[in-house]
Order: sequence, then C-alpha cells, then structure tokens
Amino acid sequence: MPKRKDIHHILIIGSGPIVIGQACEFDYSGTQACKALREEGYTISLINSNPATIMTDPATADRTYIEPITPEAVEKIIIKEKPDAILPTLGGQTALNTAMKLVEQGILEKYGVEMIGAKYDAIMRGEERDLFKQAMAEINIETLRSYECHSLEDAKRIASEELDFPIIVRPSFTLGGTGGGIAQNMGQLMEIAEGGLKASLTTEVLLEESVFGWKEFEMEVMRDKKDNAVIICAIENMDPMGIHTGDSITVAPAQTLTDREYQIMRDASLAVLRIVGVETGGSNVQFCIHPETGRLAVIEMNPRVSRSSALASKATGFPIAKLAAKLAVGYTLDELPNDITKETPACFEPSIDYVVTKLPRFTFEKFPSANPTLGVSMKSVGETMAIGRNFKESLQKAFRSLEIGVDGLDLKAEAKLIGELDNYLLTTCTERTIAIKVALKKGYTLEKVQEMTHLDPWFIDQILQIVEIEKQLIDAAELDYDLLKYAKKNGFSDEQIAALRGCKGNDIRALRKELGIIPVFSLVDTCAGEFEASTPYFYSCYGDLDETRKTDKQSVIVLGSGPNRIGQGIEFDYSCVHTVKALREMGYEAIMVNSNPETVSTDYDTSDKLYFEPLTFEDVMNIYEAEKPLGMIVQMGGQTPLNLADRLLEAGVPILGTSPKSIAAAEDRELFRQLLDKLELKQPESATAVTLEEAEVIAEKIGFPVMIRPSFVLGGRAMMVAYEEEELEPFVNAAFAASPDHPVLIDRFLEHAIEVDVDLVCDGTDVYVGGVMEHVEEAGIHSGDSACSIPPYTLSDEMVARIKDACTAMAMEIGVKGLMNAQIAVKEDEFYIIEVNPRASRTVPYVSKATNVPMANLATQIAMGKTLKELGMVGFEPKIEWFAVKEAVFPFNRFAGVDPILGPEMKSTGEVMGIDKNFELAFWKAEVAAGQVLPTEGAVFLSAKDRDKDWIVAVGKEFVELGFSLVATEGTAQALHNAGLEVTLTHKLSEDGKNVIDLMKENGVQLLVNTPSGPVARVDEIKIRSEAILRGLPIVTTRSGAEASVKAIKYISKNDWNVKSIQEYHA
Amino acid sequence: MKKAIIALEDGTCFEGRAFAGSGEFYGELVFNTSMTGYQEILTDPSYHGQIVTMTYPLIGNYGINDEDVESRGIFAQGLVVSECSRMYSNWRATKSLPEYLEENGKIGIDDVDTRAITLHIRDKGAMKCVVSTEDLDKESLIAKAKASEGLIGRDLASEVSIDSAYVWPEGGKADALYKVAVIDCGIKLNQLRILENLGCECTVYPNTSDAADILAANHDGIFVSNGPGDPAGAPETTALVGKLIESKVPMFGICFGHQMLGRALGADTFKLKFGHRGGNQPIQDLRTTKVEIASHNHGFCIDADTVNPEVAEVTHLNLNDNTVAGLKHKKQPLFCVQYHPEAAPGPHDPFYLFEEFIDLMKENK
Repeated sequence: MPKRKDIHHILIIGSGPIVIGQACEFDYSGTQACKALREEGYTISLINSNPATIMTDPATADRTYIEPITPEAVEKIIIKEKPDAILPTLGGQTALNTAMKLVEQGILEKYGVEMIGAKYDAIMRGEERDLFKQAMAEINIETLRSYECHSLEDAKRIASEELDFPIIVRPSFTLGGTGGGIAQNMGQLMEIAEGGLKASLTTEVLLEESVFGWKEFEMEVMRDKKDNAVIICAIENMDPMGIHTGDSITVAPAQTLTDREYQIMRDASLAVLRIVGVETGGSNVQFCIHPETGRLAVIEMNPRVSRSSALASKATGFPIAKLAAKLAVGYTLDELPNDITKETPACFEPSIDYVVTKLPRFTFEKFPSANPTLGVSMKSVGETMAIGRNFKESLQKAFRSLEIGVDGLDLKAEAKLIGELDNYLLTTCTERTIAIKVALKKGYTLEKVQEMTHLDPWFIDQILQIVEIEKQLIDAAELDYDLLKYAKKNGFSDEQIAALRGCKGNDIRALRKELGIIPVFSLVDTCAGEFEASTPYFYSCYGDLDETRKTDKQSVIVLGSGPNRIGQGIEFDYSCVHTVKALREMGYEAIMVNSNPETVSTDYDTSDKLYFEPLTFEDVMNIYEAEKPLGMIVQMGGQTPLNLADRLLEAGVPILGTSPKSIAAAEDRELFRQLLDKLELKQPESATAVTLEEAEVIAEKIGFPVMIRPSFVLGGRAMMVAYEEEELEPFVNAAFAASPDHPVLIDRFLEHAIEVDVDLVCDGTDVYVGGVMEHVEEAGIHSGDSACSIPPYTLSDEMVARIKDACTAMAMEIGVKGLMNAQIAVKEDEFYIIEVNPRASRTVPYVSKATNVPMANLATQIAMGKTLKELGMVGFEPKIEWFAVKEAVFPFNRFAGVDPILGPEMKSTGEVMGIDKNFELAFWKAEVAAGQVLPTEGAVFLSAKDRDKDWIVAVGKEFVELGFSLVATEGTAQALHNAGLEVTLTHKLSEDGKNVIDLMKENGVQLLVNTPSGPVARVDEIKIRSEAILRGLPIVTTRSGAEASVKAIKYISKNDWNVKSIQEYHA
Repeated sequence: MKKAIIALEDGTCFEGRAFAGSGEFYGELVFNTSMTGYQEILTDPSYHGQIVTMTYPLIGNYGINDEDVESRGIFAQGLVVSECSRMYSNWRATKSLPEYLEENGKIGIDDVDTRAITLHIRDKGAMKCVVSTEDLDKESLIAKAKASEGLIGRDLASEVSIDSAYVWPEGGKADALYKVAVIDCGIKLNQLRILENLGCECTVYPNTSDAADILAANHDGIFVSNGPGDPAGAPETTALVGKLIESKVPMFGICFGHQMLGRALGADTFKLKFGHRGGNQPIQDLRTTKVEIASHNHGFCIDADTVNPEVAEVTHLNLNDNTVAGLKHKKQPLFCVQYHPEAAPGPHDPFYLFEEFIDLMKENK
C-alpha cells in the first residue's frame, strides 16, 4: 500500500518542555517524523512549546507553532491551518493526552481532522488499565493482579480485602509514573494513593500485586496496516522490577533468556499490539518474568513512540520514529528500505553484534531534601548509552559517559559510597551497582549479593569479573600486552588503570600506543554484519577489524554535551546539531561524538559520521587519531567538551573557534577583573576566599547581602545569597564542599536588580549581538530558572545600547571566535557585569527562534574562518515586532517535600517559550505552556515576609481590582487590611481551624503568591508550596513573578488570544 | 585454556582459544545472526559438517537445558564465539555450554573477533576451514583446510539420517487424526513435536527408504525434513521424493526437504555466497503480500529461473535477496518452504504452514 493521497496536511503535536520522564527523545522522534513526512510531500504543521528543540526550528516544519500544548491552542491551529490529519504518537504522553482531549471534546470531528498513527479506542485500550487487562485476558496473557480505585476509601478496602503488602500504586494517565510508589503498609498506601489520584488525569490509581525482584524486559515493536509486525529490540533491565525502567540500568539485547522464552515474549508482544489495535507505528510492551518459575506477565504497553524506542533506535540503528511516521501515512514495512543497508527492506528484525547499556543520570544533589530511593516513579533527568563488544566494556563505557566524575566502575565510583554498604545493597538506590562491586571486593558471595539485590546472577558475575580484572591490574608486577589488552577489552579506561597502577592516564595511554593496543571502530549496522552498511555509525572496541572510512573531504569533529542534567540539556544539543549542519553546508565532513541516546545529534542522519562514544579525553582522542580531522569544535556542547579542551589542546588537537586560553581568561576571576578594569566596566564588588575566615573578612568588607559562588560548577551548584552574618558559615562551607580545593567567590549581591542575558557572535573584528534578554525574576535567581523576555520589556533603549556596547567590547577584548554569553545586572542607572562565558549558552536556541537568526550556525562559520562581514551580519539588526518570553519548567512535582522556591542554584529541567504581540500575552502563554495556568477569577492566597509587605499590598490591590478575592495568613492579612483591602484570614497550619491547605483541597484557592521568609524556609511554607505544586495550582514565589503575573491576568481577562506560526512572525 | 587457530582455505587465520574441547575439527565456516538459540543451533543436524560462528558476542549466558534440543546430540563440528559466559543463569538450565560441547566431543572457540570473521565470510563467502588446538602452524593448517573435503556434492543427509524407521510419539498416538510419513534428512525434533501437537502420528523413515514401503503404509501426508549439505549431492533422496510425489499424497517439505521437492519437480539448486542463517529474515507470502519473520539455516537455494511454471509456482520470497523461499505444486497438494516454520530457534510467524499442511491432509482424506 503506497502512501495516502487523500491527506495532504498533517498536524504533529510535540512533547513540550523537557521534564523528568519526557526529554530530548521526543525532539528526536518529532524531528524525524517531520523530516520523513515532508520528504513524502506532505505539508506539516507543528505545535511544540519548547524553543530549545530542533523540531521547532523554522526549517523543520512548514508551519511551526511555538504555543502552549493545550486543546485550545491546537483547536486554534486547526481552524487556521485546516490540516487533514493529526499525528499524536511521536510527542510522548503530552501529545497523546492532548489528542485524547481533542477527540473527547469533539474538536477533531467538528473540523474533520483524522487522527493517524493510533486510533482513540486503541489508545484507550493501551492506556486505560481496566480495558488493557480485559484485552489481555482475551488473548490469555497474564497481567498482574490489580484493582483500580477512584478514591482513598476504595484503596483502603482493596488493600484490606484483596491484596497483600507490599502493594504497588500506579496512577493512570500520567507522565512516567508520577505519583506512583510501593506501599509497605496502610499508612504509606494512603499517602501514595492520594498523590496518585491527584496526579492522574482521570483520578484513577491501580493497586497491584508486587512483583518486586522479578526480571524485567521491554520489547520495542512496530506494526503496519497490513499487519506486518516486527520486534526492533528486546531490552533487559539489569535492575529488576521495583525501579522505574527510566531509572534502571538497561541492556540490549536481552541477555538471560533462552530462545524459547524470548519467542514466548515475542509472541505475546505481537498479540498485545494486535488486540490493543495499534494499527501502525511503534509501541513498547513491558514484561516481567519470575526468576525461578519463568511465569510471564505483561506490565504495560505504550501505544506510541517512547523513550525506550529512542534508545532502541540508537541501539540497533533502526529509526523507529521515522518509520512510524511513514507507516502512519499508509506505507507498509516491506515497501520501505532499511535505512542503513539501503538494499534490504525495513520489514525485518535487527540483529546486533554488540552490547548496549543505558545508565540513568540523576541530580539529587540539586534537591537535598528529596528522597533519593528509586521506585516506580521516575526521578532521573537524563541518560547515557554505551556500546561495547561485551557487557563489561559496555557497562564501564556507560559509567564514564555519565560524567559523574568516574572513569568506569572504578575507585572513584567506590568513593561515592559513604554509608553502610548493606544499606546500599538492600535499597533501590542510585549507587547499587557500585555497591555490588564493593561488596564483591569485600568477599560477599554472588549468592548473598543476589539475595540482597535480586539482580540476575549473570549480571553480578559480570561485575565480579570487573573486580577480578581490577585485582589482576593491581597485582601484576608489570603491565604486559596481554593483561593490558584484556583490561581494555573489558572496558577499563586509561585513567581507571592508571589509578590502579599509581600512575597517570597519559602514561597508560603512552604504554598502550607503544604496545600497539589501540581500539578499532565497528559499525552499528542493524544486521550483525550480514549486509553491507552504507551509514557510518560507529562505536569503539578492542577487536581486530577497523571499519572506519576515510574520505577525501576535510573533516571536523563536534563534541556533544553527553547526558542531560540540570544546567546542561537539550539547548546544547540544539547548538551541536546546528554546528553539524553548518559544517555540512560549508562542505566539510561533520563528525559528531556524543553519548546521549535521546538526542537529535546522535541520529546518524544528522552528521556525516556518528561516533557513539563517551566524551572523555581517551575516547575522543581515539576518534581524533582515527579520523585526523582539521580540528574540533568544543564551544557548543556546554561544559562537557570545554572540560576536555585543555588536554586536547595539549595533545596537539586544533581547537576551532575561540581558543581555550580565551575561555580560561574569562573564567579566571582575576584576569577577568583586569579586563573589566581596562574596559572601565563595573562588576559587583568581589573577592575570593580559600578559607572560612577569609570569607568572613571579605563579607564584612563588602557588606551583606553577599552572593557565594563555588568555582568550576555547573548550573549554579551550591550558589547562595547570605543576607545576614549567621548565614555565611553554612553557605561558604557548602560551596567548599561542592568544589573542593577551589576558592569561593564572594560578591556583593545586588538586591532587586534586573538581570540581563546577552548572546552574541564575534569574529575577532566585528560583533553581532543576537539577543538582549531581560529577566522577569530579579538578579539572584539562576538565569536558567528565570523567565526572560526578548526584547527587554522595562529597560530603556539607552540602557540596552550601553549593555550591547559593553558586551561588544568584552568579546573583542577576550578574542572570542564564535559565541559568547554575558550576564549583567542592572540596578537603577548602572549595570554590572556578573559573568561572561565565551561559548554556546543555554539561551542560544531561544534567541535564535525569537529573532530568526541562527546563532550557532553563524558561530560555526566563524570558527571555520568566515567573517561577520562576509555573512552580512555587520550592522544587521533583527526587526523584532513581537515579544518572546522564555519560562523555566521545574521537576518539583517529582520530589515531594522539596521546597519549590527559586535561588541562585539552577533547578529547572526545561523551558518553554510564549510569543505574541505584547509582553503580557507572551508571558501568559509561556506560563500556560509551563503548566502554570493563571486564573482570571477566584481567590488568591498571599503570603510574604515583612520586607515584602509593600509590594504585596500593591499586588493585592490589583487582584481585587480584577475581581479576585484575597486570602492570607495573619501578618500579610493585617498589611492588606491596613491598606483597606478585604481579606479572608486563614489559620496557620499548626493552629486549629481552616488553613490554606484545607482551602486548596476544597478548591478554595486558585493562585498562590508565596515568597520565602528567608534562605531557610519554615516547614509550614514548604508544606504549602509543595501542596500547591502537587495539586498543579499556579504558584508565584517572587515579587517580579507576581507583578508579571498580574499584568498577564489583567490582559488576558479582557482580551482574546490567538496562535501564529514562527514562519509568519519571521516573514 | 588452550590456544586455538581457525584457518580458512583462502589463507586467512583467526586466533582464539578453546573454551571447550580440543583437537582438530573440519567444516565449512558459517555465521548465524540469531541472538538467542545456541543450544538449538548446535543440535540442528543441518549444521553437520559446519563450524558455526555466532555473531552475537555473548554466548552461553543461559546455559543448556534438557528441553531445547533438536536432535540426539550436537551436529555442528564447532562453535566460534566472541565471549563464552563462564557462568550461566536461567531457571531451566542444567549445565553449561562448555560442559555440553565437551560431552559431545566438539570444540568451542572464544576470544576471537567474530565480527571480523563474519565480514570476511560475507565478503568472500562461506568456506572450508579447520580449527585446531594441536597444530598451531598456520601454513600447515591452511593447507589442511584447502585439502579438506568440503560440502559440495556430498550427501551429508545420509550421514545424519536414521538407520531404521520409528514412530513419533513413541508408542504411537492413540487419538491421531492424521498419519504422516516423515522423511528424515536430518530432522529437527520440533518439526515432529509440532506435527504431534496438531494431531499427527508420524512414522519417521530414513532418507534411504524405499518409496513403495512408505506408500504402502497409506499415510495421510508425507513430510520431508530439513537436513545438511548440498541438495545436488543427494540424488537418491531426490529420486525417493520424486516417487513419493507421484503418489499425489499431500506433501510438505522444509529446507533441505524443500530443495528435494524442488529438484524432484525439475528445478535446480545453487550455493548461496554465505547462506542465510539467523532468526530475522523477512519472507513475503506472495499470495497475501504479508511478511513473516522467519528462522533460516541454509546455504543452498532453488534457482527461480529453473522452476517450471507449468508444474510449480513460487509462493514465498526472501525479501533480503529475492531468492525463492517457498513453492507450491500447481495441481497437486504439495508445498514447501526454504525456511523454518518450526522455529527453534526463531520466530513463530510461519507456524501457519503446519496448519496448511493439516488442512491439505484434511481436504485429501
């Protein structure tokens, strides 16, 4: 069946901001889908609120709507664009849920839009537990004994009558299992079920028999209209049942099943797909198997492309999303070619001849009060994947890809265990694999470790082998060829071996080269070598046959940004992808190196050659030596490649663009101060301290409040503002702990200053200032967590011009050849330079989209020797007749009990953009897109510390004028009352009588304005704010946020809003 | 562990070590891309005379169990893997892969770059080889590999078939709906298990049996099994099958059986460069255009151009290289496939072919 001719225009729904459970993988799948369908001649409209994606690049779709992903916005797009069909299966749960609402509200029917990819009924059967169980019963596939509940009473009854503890609680229709958990007793059950009922869009949770410790598998399946169905990949979770698969170490292919067992699971997967009725596209089916009886049960299925399918695509070379898009428009698998071999059809099952390991990346250090135990609700913010010839190699490569300061499953990893070893083994903690290694080293038997962790003994033995090789490396009198080669084959890094031998990584590297132990690069080819592969997608191993392909073209290596983490995510992948594109446009061969399976940069279609490798000096040098490129570009992938720059330079690698020396000059506080002095620019008064005593002297001299910053950290790690002397000591100590052996910078904190971000491109002669962004939140809130606006919405033109001039002067002085980002604080009529980073910033994609100037592309061309003059950018000024507001999105809903306030340390995982003709509307859209739906009526709860009373009264007045009623606790209520405002008093949580949490429960509050009382918040405040987050109520915790929100509410309550594509704005 | 050398007739050598067995073993070096199923592969008599390289690098993980056996023992001469797991883990496992190879007097080699071997075979074709732990002189081994007999023109099926007929299941099947004659050219037991489950009592005959004897038993259907080697090297079996065809009794053939039926109907066979061995091959049923994923293990193939369109039609195609994967007689109840609907190892997609055979017997009863 060829493609459908009755549809011409397709609307694709994206997945919105990066949140836990929904990350770059949907940029990858969405971008693939757009490409694949446009290739077929379809017109593509797209909605996605995330400006940091490649998907929302104006070139990816015909019409790109960076709008909140809500049924209302989609309806407006449908009215405007009149698409024939809507494709919701490539934008994660967000897209699927939005599409379901569109069907339920009759919108698709009303406008005659067909849902393709999956039908409503099939999605219901796949997602709605009861229907799913019924369907499974029809095909005799066992499911876990479970009961659905819609209330706490239900839950209590079922727990007492039907199930034994532990009981698993799973909410229906949520992201990545939000609100789920394992309850050991009735108390825990009540708590988890309440959260789950709230998190579920359908107020439904499932109580399920516990299969803790069972083996866990995932099958990635594709099916077409003709009922051709294939398995793309089987994934085995090394961490057995009990940990969300997104937080588990997973391995492809399955390692411990015989063919007979595998085929039973394969049959079951296909049967599930058929009975659920997924007509076309990719799905994911999860199974558990009892380790002693082999009893198999299906856990769940996702009738859409998922995080696992992105992993499966990268693990096998089979592009699931691309194929899913083509199947959705009527093609069948046998009509489409295998992307990699080109000669054979896509209708086959990939066979792989290597081992793939995925490790999750966590950021619990950002949320010290969060519970770091893993369970059925996902908590990781990113992941990394590694490919090796054996499991040990793959696991160790994955560990060093994680960028957590380890060089494999090494001694540094062991140092991460600080508590009782057995506790690590007995809990589902993030360090469990490391703990297993330590236990085996200490002589724990394999059986004992298995009993404690429930891991399959095969995996434990693999770790034991690593322990044994480690011992050999320590004990050997001399490191000979055989032992070194053996260690390298098993994934030991040079640094790891050096630490065991008491020498330097470079020594091992030198010895290795002397002995001729260098890795080869093998192809990921979907077919285990059976057919020739035309696509150059490589991984390294210590085999005999090198498959690298030299071409006559000059090549450039682009280093990616590794696993997503808070502070370094999709924004950098965006810049890397643009760099690769720019290089290819210029006729260079672009070689991408990255270890993050979610990304567009690791789509082998993006670059000329893809190396899926850890971003370490050793691994990168191996590629450099094999490819002999012109040089490397390190300024696009965030801190990861920059951290390698010095060693690469030392090893003789040409670094293209801004030199690492210039980068270091901007990072060195003293050199930077000299530079500013020379340019007569101000910075907040500051000094560095290496001891607490020094810090105290400095703070005294500068005067409180002061900002405390550790050196060499990412995302404002351990940055704090001390308002009073007694706060200084704990904060300074925390800063030393975050960056040991480095000085702490203490500078004057500019209270109530406006913060400004600037992104520019410099070629050494000229500068193009791409964007001046005015932050909504005041200076002191991490720039990544602050909303901001292009163009500035309160700054005078004169101030903007002065800032631009200052940034231009700094870029020239530093000698930037490429991108630079500056952070500036404006207080009254003065501005102060806070920080300058001569590299791609987090805001590059946002600026590029807000102004229609591809910043990363320009920077790449400059790095390759072009000038701004040649590029026509000298004197160019983008005409911006709109406002684009970026807002941050936070993971607070994943971490119950964590105070959702903002500060100098970054906590957001993602961002959205609102764009419209004025600031108010753009801000309102950004808030809605971020999940903060500002109300236009109802009650507002106000609570602020004394220092904030003035402005809170002003804000209160405006709310009253807008028809809101006010609710407040004593102090704030008094202030409001004194100002002549009517206010309802609520009790403190500790008092009897109705408090604000009760009010939230009975829908008596629609918005909360609640600022922290001080740097260490009171327990009450945290409870109130957490409750609001868990209930999805809008909450504002800063003055500037409150003022902007009032403006937005005022505007939206009197005016309608509409949607407009980026292409229309830019026209 | 002993060092071992794999020497190929084209002069290429690969060095590894023997994780099981020792000595000198000859065979055709082939590769299989199945990621699971090494036990079934080793016990598949079609691998008689071959040394199998597994492309998946970690083999032995789940050990060996008592159920997943496809014949009376290991038929492959040797197994070449990248890393043989030193321990096994599976609730059904009873012994390790090295133990199993040792018990059967075969050799297992690991610590070799199996991808390098695979790409070599892919580019140069499956070829004669010798694996040795005794003679480690490469030149000498290459000479031995060159001088070895090889597969071409040899009747390997007769080497692995049985001496005398027997009934499956043992003692007969009281409630059998159909009586099936099975010609054992090196049969995989799962073919018999499936026939039994579908209501058949099978009489398994040696491939050297007399057609008249078989036909005298008045079977409802005749099944010709898989088996090793060059179909052109087994003219007696082809002749036997030809005589059975004349009876017009419903017939079904798999793999070598398919080649025998094809040759008996006048088609030619040829040697594929490196064969099809794996569990992921796409087969299109030309009647429905649907694709099934199927288990493969064959080095020879029916030449589509030599199929007489008056007599037979091609029903199935391998989409990877468009070779003939299934045939059907134009007038008689007879069909056959090149691949393995009995799976073991491999996907169950083509299971329906056994049901079609049952239907044929039903219609013709």
